[in-house]
Amino acid sequence: MHEASTHESVFTGKRRARLDEIMKRYPTKQAALLPALWMVQEAQGWVSDVAMAEVAEVLELTPAYVKGVVTFYTMYHQHPVGTYFIQVCTTTPCNLCGAEGVTEAFLRHTGCGELGSTSEDGKYTVIEVECLGACGFPTPVLINDDFIENVTPETVADILERYG
Amino acid sequence: MGYPHEPHERETVVLSEHFGDPAARTYDGWVDRGGYRALEKALGMEPQAVIDEVKASGLRGRGGAGFPAGVKWDFMPKQKTRPHYLCCNADESEPGTFKDREIMRWTPHALIEGCAIAAHAIRAEVVYVYIRGEFTEAIAVMQHALDEAYTKGVLGRSAMGSGTSIDIFIHRGAGAYICGEETALMNSIEGKRGNPRIRPPFPAAFGVFGMPTTINNVETLTSVLHIINRGAEWYKSLSLSNPKSTGTKLMSVCGHVAKPGNYEITMGFPMKELIYDLCGGMRPGRTLKAVIPGGSSVPVLNREEAENCVLDYEGCVAAGTMLGSGGMIVFDDSADMVYQMMRIAKFYAHESCAQCTQCREGTAWMVRILQKILSGRGAIGDLDLLLDVGEMMTGKTICVLSDSCAAPVGSAVRKFRGEFEAYIKGARQPAVALV
Repeated sequence: MHEASTHESVFTGKRRARLDEIMKRYPTKQAALLPALWMVQEAQGWVSDVAMAEVAEVLELTPAYVKGVVTFYTMYHQHPVGTYFIQVCTTTPCNLCGAEGVTEAFLRHTGCGELGSTSEDGKYTVIEVECLGACGFPTPVLINDDFIENVTPETVADILERYG
Repeated sequence: MGYPHEPHERETVVLSEHFGDPAARTYDGWVDRGGYRALEKALGMEPQAVIDEVKASGLRGRGGAGFPAGVKWDFMPKQKTRPHYLCCNADESEPGTFKDREIMRWTPHALIEGCAIAAHAIRAEVVYVYIRGEFTEAIAVMQHALDEAYTKGVLGRSAMGSGTSIDIFIHRGAGAYICGEETALMNSIEGKRGNPRIRPPFPAAFGVFGMPTTINNVETLTSVLHIINRGAEWYKSLSLSNPKSTGTKLMSVCGHVAKPGNYEITMGFPMKELIYDLCGGMRPGRTLKAVIPGGSSVPVLNREEAENCVLDYEGCVAAGTMLGSGGMIVFDDSADMVYQMMRIAKFYAHESCAQCTQCREGTAWMVRILQKILSGRGAIGDLDLLLDVGEMMTGKTICVLSDSCAAPVGSAVRKFRGEFEAYIKGARQPAVALV
């Protein structure tokens, strides 16, 4: 629990100015919550309790309220994840086209072992994600912000070369 | 990647005309292709005249519900005493559906134009485009196009010099399917958990931030600009079967067809021809087993039903299902319907917001019963239990997520009962191990 001492404020300088700009789009401060959480994750890789408290203060909400929102949305990481966060779509349309083989290939090539855990070198985390909305291009995979289509078990090793 | 196919000669190319053409993404490219003429024309019309034109066109919501778009706009207060809002639903997350993503990544200015026309019609000064968080490319393309539109004076205090103020902002989602439900979407914009709201009050009276609000799907709003450009009569004439279903529809076809992709058809097009002609039929050596035509939330059709289904709102209802969002999931004879229903149920169990008991518990129970059957430990009574649970999940909750799980699973139990029984009777090897 050394978080507090190592936490650097997110909303200072340019980022604070950017958040102020975003707040102008909405009639309430609260509405800037999702954008603010995205900014936290962008800056720190995940959303810690301390960061939630900072967001709460900036937007005049309670930390408990912010946590309630964070835990609703699956894309906000509540724990640190690997440098490369790999989301493989395995919902029905992709499943029909062999998505589970793609997941297995990612687990094998990254050394993650199981879904949701991070590889020992800290580089990779692999999860199954529900429908990425690219069902005509099975299997779509999201690696951080890179949306990759038509992934097959055979192409996984080549793709990972780019994320070494 | 994901480069669209060359249009088939039997497609009616309206919304997808510029898919695959990178130049159409830019402001100059869009204007060269006739872009922003519809907005200019609309801004010169009375808001009510725009609503009347869209009403006359017969355009219905393309997100799934199929509610007449012009009628929805007409619900908005005529005397503006408070801010009005337009929300564009770009939270495309319905399994099988991938059309809005193509609209945004290839023709972002078409969506901006459609949003601005609708904003003028309902007297909204602010539009929020709610894009699901995973659509990183679509968000980047849309943001770039919005920046261009502001620079060129299309948006802002005096949109295209008309004196009408129109602002459009992107609001990025964060991974919740339920936020595609319109009241959950509004809560999410407000910085809340994406729980659907009880209606009434309806959004036109009490929407986002408690103000009059209209929510429209990406495809619906993009269709509007063509109606303004070419007229309601032209749009209405695009109808092959029932006059209540007009215009074109982007059908996202995925699963076991030879050529998956987005195909733009005129309403009333036969499903059989879409599958066998446009999509190149099934994969080599395979035959059609089933289709879920409207995204995973609607009843499954067997081969015979699918081959006789007409693709419009009424045609799908007559076949015992719904057109929904037009996301067609096609299964061939190799598909394990029991396993796929378990995946579908798992999707809904994962995405349930957990407000309503029937949904939170029902979706999870369906997964457990299906896994039990798949493990070889099911009993014949489990099939009736699935149907019973499904009935308890239908028509009893704040939104239709629960119904959306019960519909495909229940219909599959009825239409493919033999496959379920094969696991139960031990005629088929277990497909999952129960933990």
